[in-house]
Amino acid sequence: MSALARDPDPPPPVVSLTGVAKSFGAVRALRDAKLDLHAGEAHALVGENGAGKSTLIKVLAGVHRPDAGTVELDGRPVAFADTAAAIDAGIAVIYQEPALFGDLTVAENLFIGRQPKGRFGLIDRAVMNREAAALFARLGVHVDPDRPAKGLSIADQQLVEIAKALSRRARVLVMDEPTAALSGVEVERLFGVVRSLREDGAAVLFISHRFDEVEALCQRVTVMRDGAHVSTDLLADVTVEELVRRMVGRELGAMFPKQVVEPGPVVLEVEGLTREGLCRDVSFTVRAGEIVALAGLVGAGRSEVVQAVFGIEARDAGQVRVGGRGLPSGNPRAAMRAGVALVPEDRRGQGLLLDLSIMRNATITRRNRLSRFGFLVGGAERRAARDWSARLNVKYGRLQDPAGTLSGGNQQKVVLAKWLATDPKVLVVDEPTRGIDVGTKAEVHRLLSALAADGVAVLMVSSELLEVLGMADRVLVMREGRIAGELGRAEATEEAVMRLATGQEAAA
Amino acid sequence: MTTVDSRTGSTWLDLVLRFRALGLIVALVALVGVTTALNPRFLSGQSVRDLLFAAAVTLLLACGMTVVVLTRGIDLSVGSVLGLSAYVTGSALSATGMPTVFALPLGLAVGAACGTLNGAIIHFGRVPPLVATLGTLYVLRGVVYFAAGGSRINASDLPPGFLDFGSGDVLGVPYLFAVSVLVLAAVGVFLGRYRAGRDLYALGSNPEAARLAGVPAGRRLMTAYVLSGALAGLGGVLYAARFGTVDASAGYGMELDVVAAVVVGGVAIFGGSGTTLGAGLGALLLTVIDNALPVLRIDQFWQQAIVGALILAAIALDRLVSVRAARALRRKGSHV
Repeated sequence: MSALARDPDPPPPVVSLTGVAKSFGAVRALRDAKLDLHAGEAHALVGENGAGKSTLIKVLAGVHRPDAGTVELDGRPVAFADTAAAIDAGIAVIYQEPALFGDLTVAENLFIGRQPKGRFGLIDRAVMNREAAALFARLGVHVDPDRPAKGLSIADQQLVEIAKALSRRARVLVMDEPTAALSGVEVERLFGVVRSLREDGAAVLFISHRFDEVEALCQRVTVMRDGAHVSTDLLADVTVEELVRRMVGRELGAMFPKQVVEPGPVVLEVEGLTREGLCRDVSFTVRAGEIVALAGLVGAGRSEVVQAVFGIEARDAGQVRVGGRGLPSGNPRAAMRAGVALVPEDRRGQGLLLDLSIMRNATITRRNRLSRFGFLVGGAERRAARDWSARLNVKYGRLQDPAGTLSGGNQQKVVLAKWLATDPKVLVVDEPTRGIDVGTKAEVHRLLSALAADGVAVLMVSSELLEVLGMADRVLVMREGRIAGELGRAEATEEAVMRLATGQEAAA
Repeated sequence: MTTVDSRTGSTWLDLVLRFRALGLIVALVALVGVTTALNPRFLSGQSVRDLLFAAAVTLLLACGMTVVVLTRGIDLSVGSVLGLSAYVTGSALSATGMPTVFALPLGLAVGAACGTLNGAIIHFGRVPPLVATLGTLYVLRGVVYFAAGGSRINASDLPPGFLDFGSGDVLGVPYLFAVSVLVLAAVGVFLGRYRAGRDLYALGSNPEAARLAGVPAGRRLMTAYVLSGALAGLGGVLYAARFGTVDASAGYGMELDVVAAVVVGGVAIFGGSGTTLGAGLGALLLTVIDNALPVLRIDQFWQQAIVGALILAAIALDRLVSVRAARALRRKGSHV
């Protein structure tokens, strides 16, 4: 790598991961990850959703044990048996969601398991609180050590985590998207603290989707894609455009049989939709025959928007209209009656009744129409299920088998069948092809496209850029709970979407 | 500089929660005051002694239950453990002529063994505590019925020294109650001031964070269930000493009284918060209600209804507090 050759004098890494692989069932989260962290240096780790960043830091934290590859500490190979072993080795991880004990005081959170002891082995609370106060003073912040952690703002919770790392004399500080929930002032304060830790010789690993922050804090940057290492460079040697290109780095295949459809009248109108703390002032329309994608990073508020549209969650403000008629807030039955169908993100948890038969799952949304005098009639139910399974090409053993026995792709087809049977005007799909093999993916895409051609308005949430670009007539990019921009099919490129999603539109 | 306000969230609700023990004391005093005003004999020496006798065993078991509930668990087997321990110690004293001083360690050992069984099922078998201890509730009761058959141990079979321990007092405080209070204080110090005790709060407060922080969850859970079992076993000895007669139904249905005392005493059923002091006051309050209502000539039915209402009120309060905390967090953590 030419960039490394120009690196003046690379010191030996404190932590070094090489060829790390980790699978969960059939999903290969990491294939060939590589990462070197140096003392006194902040290192950024960037990549798309699902690139394997979080899995990698969980390997570093001792949460996951790698299937292959080595983890070295000061040049010696180590295998962390659990999180306690990684903590003892001086690795401190600050997760996206701070993991504090709400019922304990701030000081106890800092010192859990190693509280200062006085006479008879009793915890000396006075000493503990003094030490905690001293830590916060070193960080230049003020948090009352004796208050319960419950009710602390996210920013202060993160400071508590950093103080914890400091008190353990952590040599490696890992931060997983620490700024996602912080305001500008809080980010500045956090960075000030991290810079001083770095100057004291800590190795910092910083995961973020915001390139301005990466540039403000880090010296080196590693790009990951599909669970593997792509590149490592000094930040001064690469441009943001180059990084984004490496993060995406794929070609659009023929996986997206998008049909060209002349859009009809507006079917779904969303105006000023707001859910406190989750999304704000989201407005858009979807026409009949149109596929509109909501793109953005994890946590940008996409699923929260579609949940409010379907009425699973109540909205705090705003209007949702289907065919010109308003939907009440927080009422999925009303949404179903108005012709809205939702294929949820969590197929196994929300979309299917895994223990019930394929037949029952496929027909459950129409159980009233298929029943006589309140009883389900076996023949009618079976006919309907067989009919839909054939149309969607579901591969199953027997209709009586539990839905949980199907493969992920076929489960998703059953979920689709159950909603398509209700003859929806608006179909909302949240991550329609997550965890599905490539072949079935193309089938689901073909199906969505055919539905749109039949005049259904399709609203799709997807973290897969390829899918968004291949399927959507229009792309709405969300960032931090708002719609950051709208791109037509012609102007929607991977770079353009990523720029909007990461807040780099100014650089474009 | 941060803008943390140390007073954040210190509303009347937090005050109620922080001084939950105070609220219980106020309720106790009010109840005793009203009852005494209507019937002065309620505060007579003998009456108070009876009350403390009645409270002693529940109070002891409530300490053990607190430890378990703090970890988000529950131990429904305590009534059966008490029965088994009472029967085993009683038999040992009457049949083998075991010296009286060995009764306490024997009861503790029987209870600790049962607690180990509970802990093992929950930790190694990954069975939810409610189900695991519901199972041992029936299994252990079955063991007592099998061992005792229709027989019972009578006061005349037990050594006099043992019975004196059960009925004696020092300065009007029964020995049994004194033992319970000592245990309560000791468990309270363990929970509040020792690392292992604080780990139990951490486990109940946020199990996932406890894992990430390297808290030894398995060992701590085991400690909690063994402690709960051991105290129920000790309770069995106190039970045998107090009543003198033990049959196979000793302690039957007691687990619900104990859970009620703990919940009324402000130990959050969702884990993570509560003290043995609160649980002890809860046990005392329920016993006083038990004894005061007949004096006030209130129907037995109302006693059950009042206990039920207290439990619901305690849980509603906990729920309210956690909802408010979550909302406050969401408002502040909001990135929009």
